[in-house]
Amino acid sequence: MSNKAVVYINQFFGQIGGEEAADHEPEVRDGVAGAAQAIAPNFDGEIVKTVICGDNYMSSNQDKAVAKILGELEDVDFDIFFAGPAFQAGRYGNACGAIGKAVKEEFNVPVVSSMNVENPGVDMFKKHIYIFPGGHSAAKMRDDAKKMAEFGNKLLNEEGPFLAEEEGFYKRGIRHQYFLPDETPAADRAIDMLLKKINGEEYQSELPIPEQDLVEIAPAIQDLSSTKIALVTSGGIVPVENPDKIQSASATRWGKYNIAGQDKLENRASNKYKTIHAGYDPAAADADPNRVVPLDALRKYQEEGRIGEIHDYFYSTVGTGTTEGEAARMGAEIAGELLEANVQAVILTST
Amino acid sequence: MVKEIERTGITVVQMANLIPVAKTVGANRMVPTISIPYPLGDPKTSEEEQWEVRYHRVGIALDALETEIEEQTVFAV
Repeated sequence: MSNKAVVYINQFFGQIGGEEAADHEPEVRDGVAGAAQAIAPNFDGEIVKTVICGDNYMSSNQDKAVAKILGELEDVDFDIFFAGPAFQAGRYGNACGAIGKAVKEEFNVPVVSSMNVENPGVDMFKKHIYIFPGGHSAAKMRDDAKKMAEFGNKLLNEEGPFLAEEEGFYKRGIRHQYFLPDETPAADRAIDMLLKKINGEEYQSELPIPEQDLVEIAPAIQDLSSTKIALVTSGGIVPVENPDKIQSASATRWGKYNIAGQDKLENRASNKYKTIHAGYDPAAADADPNRVVPLDALRKYQEEGRIGEIHDYFYSTVGTGTTEGEAARMGAEIAGELLEANVQAVILTST
Repeated sequence: MVKEIERTGITVVQMANLIPVAKTVGANRMVPTISIPYPLGDPKTSEEEQWEVRYHRVGIALDALETEIEEQTVFAV
């Protein structure tokens, strides 16, 4: 009996469209569609269905989208679920993880995906599904899809345990009970480790504790009516000429723009503000930048006395494909300016 | 970015559509927006409706700034 797979891809890789089709509702097609073709040649079995869903639809209506897909797969006979590869696309990674986790829980089949290490989907879902490290972009489609398919074959045809160190997927933090090939007992290994530690030598823990870098929660603002608030965005809103030449993706630059005395952000048609963010359809943000940087609403609260003051500048960069390292550096630079300007509170909007 | 700002002691609220991503990255105060391309105003709705959504959600963000929290918190809209 041959193995049966279902593949999940987004609207782009399903050849439905780009950003304009990102609200596409989920659909399930028979057989191989779109980029599911990249999995097919290396998968030892048959792809029976391809699920296609718009990235924005999945992120804004996740419960509905997941329920619809699970409902349509209910009567489908399949042994494994592939999602992606999602490369460095954050929304796509989130979608692959969300549907992958749900499929695994509902149908108890293994789920395999691939994402770049910078994709936030990795940390969100590596515990739940197998995720292989992937490339930045679709240029790596063939390699990434091949890894997924080959590991899928292994999962269906071989006995485990499948260890992250050997197979190459991101560590899931799941412990397996098994005997080391050289059969050194745990007591000996522990003593060896202890001796190395005492001697200041390198040693490797068998139970590494994953690090999570959470910052201390800042205290609540006691009296907003005497507080200076700043607006910050990763949605790429800039003056139409983009004076700081902030990149449309993988940004390394940010800008600050004077909004003193302005009631709202005037739009692109008025030759004032637009978005340069390449990760979402710019039409709505260009037509009314306050949808992304809500200066008009914040001015209203200022007028009503709810807040004291709005900082004379808003700060902007682009948050698509931007590495965590660059984001942290830019965040620290912006924070330095805010401190200097005596800003006590920030509303940060992201797209 | 939100973490680096909060690290300096400035109280910050993140308004985002992808709340699970904000949580994973480490935001502490979060308010959901309505979509990715138009976080605070759906162009398919009337000007008044868009204004109401925006005014309302920014108001929740202000509430969030005034609220003491013990752990990462998503404020209901």
